[in-house]
Parts: sequence; C-alpha cells; structure tokens
Amino acid sequence: MLKAYATFAQIQHDLHSKKITCTALVKHYLANIESKKHLNVFLSVYADEALARAAVIDEKINRGNAGKLAGLVVGLKDVLCYENHPLQASSKILDGFVSQFNATAVQRLLDADAIIIGRQNCDEFAMGSSNENSAFGPTLNDIDNTRVPGGSSGGSAVAVMADMCQVSLGSDTGGSVRQPAAFCGIVGLKPTYSRISRHGLIAYGSSFDCIGIFSKNIEDAALVLEVIAGADEYDSTVSQTPVPAFSSLLSAASEKKYRIAYMRDTLQSPALQPEIKTAIEKSLDQLKLDGHSVAGIEFPLNEYVLPTYYILATAEASSNLSRYDGVRYGYRSPNTTDLESMYKKTRAEGFGKEVQRRILLGTYVLSASYYDAYYNQAQKVRRLIREKLKELLKEYDFIITPTTPTTAFKLGEHSTNPVEMYLADLFSVQANVAGLPAISLPLGTDKIGLPMGVQVMADDFEETKLFHFSKQLMNLA
Amino acid sequence: MSIDKQTLQKIAHLARLEMKEEDTDKMLNDMNQMLAFVEKLKEVDTTGVEPLVTMSHEINALREDENKPHLNREKALANAPKKDAQYFRVPKVLE
Repeated sequence: MLKAYATFAQIQHDLHSKKITCTALVKHYLANIESKKHLNVFLSVYADEALARAAVIDEKINRGNAGKLAGLVVGLKDVLCYENHPLQASSKILDGFVSQFNATAVQRLLDADAIIIGRQNCDEFAMGSSNENSAFGPTLNDIDNTRVPGGSSGGSAVAVMADMCQVSLGSDTGGSVRQPAAFCGIVGLKPTYSRISRHGLIAYGSSFDCIGIFSKNIEDAALVLEVIAGADEYDSTVSQTPVPAFSSLLSAASEKKYRIAYMRDTLQSPALQPEIKTAIEKSLDQLKLDGHSVAGIEFPLNEYVLPTYYILATAEASSNLSRYDGVRYGYRSPNTTDLESMYKKTRAEGFGKEVQRRILLGTYVLSASYYDAYYNQAQKVRRLIREKLKELLKEYDFIITPTTPTTAFKLGEHSTNPVEMYLADLFSVQANVAGLPAISLPLGTDKIGLPMGVQVMADDFEETKLFHFSKQLMNLA
Repeated sequence: MSIDKQTLQKIAHLARLEMKEEDTDKMLNDMNQMLAFVEKLKEVDTTGVEPLVTMSHEINALREDENKPHLNREKALANAPKKDAQYFRVPKVLE
C-alpha cells in the first residue's frame, strides 16, 4: 500500500528512482476510490484503461522519454470532453452521451502523459454550490458525511481531498472550484478569464466560465496550468498571451514583499463565520510581521456583485442550454406528439429544477420588455466592478478575502430558498465578474474541524505572482 | 417587479420548457425570490456607463479560412436519440 503523496514532485522522484511505478500508483488511487464509494465522487472510473496507460507510461519512464506529467493521475469534472468516454454534466438530459473528441485541456494532459482515472460528480451543468443538484445524487464531504463538499465541482474537490487522484480539473463560473476547495481543505485555482481554452468544456455562462485546477499544493497547480493554458485554434476567445513557465519560475526562491489589500466589509459581514474572520485576521497580522504591507479597503460595490452575476450568468445559460433539445444528443422524451412538445417535454423531463429556474430567469431578463432594466444594467455594473477592481490592483498586488462565508454546511440546509444557496458564492463570484485570477488556499479548520479557506485575487495574467505569494501564504500557516 | 402565472407560462414557452400546473406555484415563488434578489442592481447609478459586452482580451483573432472538418458525419450523428444514415430524425413538421 502506498502513502498519499503531498506533491507530484515526490511522485516523480519515486518513479524515477524506481521506488514506485505508475501501475502501483493507479492501483493505489483505485483502491481509495473503491473504499470511499459511499462519497459518490466518481460517475465513471476508467480502471482498466488507466492501468493499461500506466503500463505504457512506466515503459516510457524506463526508456527515459516520458512526458512532463508522467505519473500524474487526474480526475475530470463531468463537464470536460474525453473522447469515447461518457459525459453528461450530471444531467439526465445528456443520458448516454459519449464525447466525440477531447477537450483541448484534456488533450494537453494526455500529450504530457497524464493518466485520466475517471469522471467526477458535480452540480447539474455546474449550477450549484453544494453538489446536491446532480442527477446522480449528492457527493459527500469526506471529513463529515452529513455535510456537502461545496459545488459545483464537489466531486473533483473530494477526489483530491480523499486521495483518489493527485489533481482534478473542474470549472469555475462563480466560484465552483474555489468554494469546494475551501470546503475540502485543498488548493483551488481559477486562472484569468481566457487563460485556458474552453474547447470541449460544456458551456454554462460563457463570459464567466473558466477551467480550474484542484491540487494539494501550489506547485502542482502551477505545473498543470503551464501544460493546459494558452492559445488554441479551436477557441477564438482564448488568450494569445504567451504562457510563462510557471513551475520553474515558482521554484526560484522569492522572498518578495507585496502590497496586500483586504476588503473590510467582507470581514465585517454578518454572514461570515467568526472563526473564518479570526483566521483571516491572524494571517493578515502574520503577513505584516513578515514585511508585507497590509491595508484595509472599502469596496462599496460588493453588494451588487452577486446580483450582477445572477443576471448575466442566467441569461448566458438560457442561451447556451438551448442546444439541449432532444434532437442531436442525449435524452429525448418518449411522450411527444409533435416537434414543439418534443422540445418542451424533453427539456422539462431532462433538466433538474435549479437548471430550469436559471433558464427561466435568464429568458426573462433577456426578454424584450426587461432587457434594459436587467441585462443591460448588469453589464454596466459589471464594467464598474471590473474597473474599480483593476484600479485597486494598480495600487495593491493582491486582494484577500475569505473564500466562503461559512465552512461546509449540512446536506439539505439551503434547499428551501434558492437565493440562500447563492450566498455561498458571496466572496468568490467577484473574480468571475471581473475576469480576474483567484486562488483558494487552505486556512486551518474551524472549531468542529471543518476546513476554512482564504482567497487571493490578482490582476489579469498575474498567475506567476499569485503562485509565489500563495506559497508564502501557505508557509505562514 | 414580480411576475405572475401568465408571464411565467410565457417565459416557459419561450424557453421551450413544459410547465405543469402543479409546479407553477413553487416555480413562481422561486422566480420572484430570485428577481427580488437581483432587483438591487437598480440602485446603482450607471448614467454614462457603457455596458461591458465581452470579457475576452482578444480582438479579432483571425486565422486562415481552411477547410478542416471537425466532426465527420458518423461522429456527429453518434449521439442522436433518433437518426437515419444521414440525418437527425424529428417528429413530422409539415403534413
């Protein structure tokens, strides 16, 4: 039996010194997946295939021509295309769907000799903050099985937390990587908007959607980002900005002192759990002692961030999800009489309630009579939010907030009023509204042992700096 | 602003979602809670502010217009709930 590896560097070290093999490693993760089946993390496990691939990569390691990610075992949120493998965004409407091509991010992992171990549970179409909106049932938090792992990439977070894979890829539209990372005590990165190609990522809110990375440490996130980020001829929205060699830049020691701002109102929010407040304040004090400058700032637009997000993201969702009509793929209702009833029944039977709510809200805010009042107004407020944050990031290197207002809540706790659930993204959604990179780092546990998270946000394309500082911040704790 | 049953049915039709009578009360209630929540944006003075319509940092990422089929017909049809050798099949539209 292998131990859980804290870093991919240790895995590679042991692979190259022949202490372990990829095959043994894959068996180790498969055993963990099997023994923790009750958490409902994986929707598909590609056991035989992962073992076959492990044997091939072991051979490559022996020959000395293995790729950069040889030995990295990765899980994929059920929103990323992996050719000839099932994909359904945890929705009934994609029943039976099989990917016909690889997402660019997945292709790049495979090209670098990573091993894909399976497909992970999430909230349906990445809409949710608890992983409870899945057609396959909720994923449970490994620390306390009566609690949620966060969402929407809940399965991907628990998989890393419970050592079922070394790294997971998720997607982050309003906090769906950072929030579950905080609830599960791991690292969750949402890079700059457009940093990673979204070819082969199931779309939810296209002006927000980002592929994100779950890992146990900063180095692994940096290495994976370096492999999957960058220009792609299949995605016209992806950034052409060259991708820095994040991992080697990170390995150079940096004791640089930074200018750090924290948002006072987020710490004074009545919604914030007191232990998280105390932990963040303690970190800020330590950063000061460490020589960084730390300043409290006001951000009066904060209360408008979530409403802006919910108008724009639902509008985009109503458009993106119009493609699920029972014609080209997935589920088609057997109860139809004509074309219109086929669309309507297929969609009513195939989509879960939260997805239907968001499609309806999105359709409403885009409808002719209300477009200006909602959609247009939200786009204007979005500009104000982005400009104000960009201004602050000229003055400060980073903005620190809690990742979430509370630690992991109980299953069913926020099921009566949809708006209550939305508040779980109170602090994370800002980075998506502004398109900025942000990371959630583990910050100890609350008094009943549940993980807490701190979020660091940086300016566009400042991931290198973000990684350096994150490492410093994690070393403080 | 809040919406009534009739408006909800109209939106549901636009979104091609069948809304069963027994589900309307709950959905109406949820929708109105969501609307009350986003209503807050009206407080913000946005006079003279241009809407932010794209988040991409790229301006016109142009490429050569080469013929590179992404999915062949067989693959494109592979996931269809109903198909024949060449086409997706749907219920009859014209009598």
